[in-house]
Amino acid sequence: MAFFDAAAMMKGLRGAYASGKTRSYEWRVSQLKALLKLMSFHEKEIVDALRSDLSKPELESFLQEIALLKESCGLALKELHRWMAPEKVKTMMTTFPSSAEIVPEPLGVVLVISAWNYPFLLSLDPVIGAIAAGNAVVLKPSEISPATSSVLAKLLGQYMDCSAVKVIEGAVPETTALLEQKWDKIFYTGNGKVARIVSAAAAKHLTPLVLELGGKSPVIVDSNVDLKVAARRIIAGKWGCNNGQACVSPDYAITTKEFAPDLIDTLRSELEKFYGKDPLKSNDLSRIVNSNHFNRLSKLLDDDKISGKIIHGGQKDIANLKIAPTILLDVPEDSLIMEEEIFGPLLPILTVNNVEDSFNIIKSKDKPLAAYLFTNNKKLKENFIRNISAGGLVINDTTMHLAVPTLPFGGVGESGMGAYHGKFSFDAFSHKKAVLLRSFAGDLSSRYPPYTPKKLNLLKALVNGSLFGILRALLGWHD
Amino acid sequence: MPLLFFPARAEVLPEPLGLVLVLASWNFPISLALDPVIGAISAGNTVVLKPSELSPASSSFLANTIPRYLDSAALKVIEGGHDAAEQLLQQKWDKIFFTGSSRVGRIIMAAAANHLTPVTLELGGKCPTILDSLSISDLEVAIKRIVGGKWGLCSGQACIGIDYVLVEEKFASILVELLKKCIKAFFGDSMPNLKNLCRIVSKSHFDRVSNLLGDPRVAASIVHGGSWDEQNLMIEPTILLDPPLDADIMSEEIFGPLLPIITLNKIEESIEFINLRPKPLAIYAFTKNERFKKKLLSETSSGSITFNDAVVQFVADSLPFGGVGQSGFGRYHGKYSFDTFSHEKAVLQRSFYLELEPRYPPWNDFKLDFIKLAYKFDYLGLLLLLSGLRRIFKRSN
Repeated sequence: MAFFDAAAMMKGLRGAYASGKTRSYEWRVSQLKALLKLMSFHEKEIVDALRSDLSKPELESFLQEIALLKESCGLALKELHRWMAPEKVKTMMTTFPSSAEIVPEPLGVVLVISAWNYPFLLSLDPVIGAIAAGNAVVLKPSEISPATSSVLAKLLGQYMDCSAVKVIEGAVPETTALLEQKWDKIFYTGNGKVARIVSAAAAKHLTPLVLELGGKSPVIVDSNVDLKVAARRIIAGKWGCNNGQACVSPDYAITTKEFAPDLIDTLRSELEKFYGKDPLKSNDLSRIVNSNHFNRLSKLLDDDKISGKIIHGGQKDIANLKIAPTILLDVPEDSLIMEEEIFGPLLPILTVNNVEDSFNIIKSKDKPLAAYLFTNNKKLKENFIRNISAGGLVINDTTMHLAVPTLPFGGVGESGMGAYHGKFSFDAFSHKKAVLLRSFAGDLSSRYPPYTPKKLNLLKALVNGSLFGILRALLGWHD
Repeated sequence: MPLLFFPARAEVLPEPLGLVLVLASWNFPISLALDPVIGAISAGNTVVLKPSELSPASSSFLANTIPRYLDSAALKVIEGGHDAAEQLLQQKWDKIFFTGSSRVGRIIMAAAANHLTPVTLELGGKCPTILDSLSISDLEVAIKRIVGGKWGLCSGQACIGIDYVLVEEKFASILVELLKKCIKAFFGDSMPNLKNLCRIVSKSHFDRVSNLLGDPRVAASIVHGGSWDEQNLMIEPTILLDPPLDADIMSEEIFGPLLPIITLNKIEESIEFINLRPKPLAIYAFTKNERFKKKLLSETSSGSITFNDAVVQFVADSLPFGGVGQSGFGRYHGKYSFDTFSHEKAVLQRSFYLELEPRYPPWNDFKLDFIKLAYKFDYLGLLLLLSGLRRIFKRSN
């Protein structure tokens, strides 16, 4: 049973929101600045928490969590005036005379449910959007990253306006209690199974959602590329991102049978440069988050169907929850490792005769969150961009689109719905209200009953934009 | 983009979602079916349209005519009622677009949840109309727009139709008088001489609407109309003055030709009145008071708000049309229709040269400093770091 009273909490939040304070520009700025302060003054605490939860290397913690958040906050502060401003839009003959605009307003009280792999980033990045848009917000960090969850609860409790910004720690009972409440929006980052539970709960209250899920993000490697650079970027996107435990990590690779040996050789030599001969001892790799996931990944390696396919790595250290960067070659399509999102340091490489054949493999699976292609072939690039559907695509690199705030970041199909980052975060937590201002002058009597053929003709002519038709109608000529 | 990314090219590419389902309503059975379909097709999807069985002639028309003009491999019309809808909802769609009631909206969304299908829900609510004090000539125009916006719209059976009016007590009687006159001019004297009016769509809706008048307290507040013709499913334009706020007629969407007028001491109280209730699809405010307009705009929330007219926002294609809260989510019309059936795919293109070494492990303090500086756009610091001088400056601070 949850030890907190969710209904009472909601009542308080609704009261805080109804007071109007979260809507003011000043409040939003004060909260965003408080977030920046908390990140600057407590950087060490955050890095330590991430190391405790994931053994995350300091550079990853800085670059992939803190730096991105600071950027996000800074951008919101810089652009908030512009984002909050009404947008004037054109009006048409049909409503002449009138003026029209679109006014962004907050949705109200929103819920952000975060994930364990980038527990700091995936908690605060949506919260930045929610606050920038003027909402009251509850953050539920993942209990699987308890040190970060604790630091978030403590620091936000210290720095933020707690009447309107709350952190609720906990696991399934607390999340269930939260989901029973009526939210104006729910922003969920995680997996498809839980997403369905969140969606079903949201449906009861007609609550709109953003679902940031995952999938098997493929990376296609063409021949005729700068192989060293490509290999490094693949490694950075896979093992350099929380040791493969990232929604946008390349999940599996596809290359031609001809090119595969070169790709594998380069990957192996770069892996050794990055992580040394004994990667289990490297400090630059995150560990597996907990024993559940460690066992899950071990099972993938123990699958009979892939025996003999491991061509690099495979070492495990169960005491320290570490698995070495592992590469597999030509695993069967129906192996466990090819059925679900790996979310770990195992990279299967599938080979095809022609690089174009890789498209069919990708299309036969659910739409992923990201898809990557390394090539210098312009036609292949265009084909890929046009025909492969995914949340986002990157050519000649991996994962970087995450850090471009002008690109919407989100999935499609099984990889999710909705998007955020940059202004998209503000939009995700806003309602864009349509406003039409009409005057009393120029009232068109043809709108009103009693309806006559003459009125109908005039209106038809107006809608068709036919000047001649209008004249005819006014003069009383019928069809 | 920070310099770390140079060189790169970023763009957003709209692409179709795939196979989409459009569930239409019965009150504007042609436009509420085809308007979303236009969006779906223009965005490049294949579409299944299920018109409402409550408007069988229109449903039939669509099912028979569409295949004659459109590619039936890509656009299908499925006729039917609950059973057909249930079966359709079990399938995995790439998007579902639903127009209808909140009750059914919940069912649709729950079914969509099984497949993580994104939905647009165009629902309804009680659209309030605020009538401030106006000059006689403006009032006459306002009256016409209110009468048109209530009964001229499918006899009140419209999601954006005026549901009820809020007015200051001292204007109530003149409002009722003017409304009566206008109703007579537009629609005729009384049953059975009424013209230019839609009937109620079905017996069950007829019962629902007429039952709203069954509450004796509500019946006592009728100041005009109140009679009906059960055989022809016609209900007379009816005005009520201050029916009890806890009666069904004031808690549910009326969706019929009954217009409650609620009186207030001061017109500003309308803001609180509206905010105590679920967010409506539209708010209409007839006022020339600029301060009041601003207050309404910033203190109430609704799908849309229109000043000094009703319903016409529907034809303004540059404005998004959709609800918020209980009135729905998602939007369409104009380009918004295209967007609602599209996935905006992010595309980032990088090149192979200008590699940034500090990106890669093994990491050390130097690389960490480099990244930190590059992120702050601190290029001078970067230069110092690279030339080995920064360490000296740092330690001396």
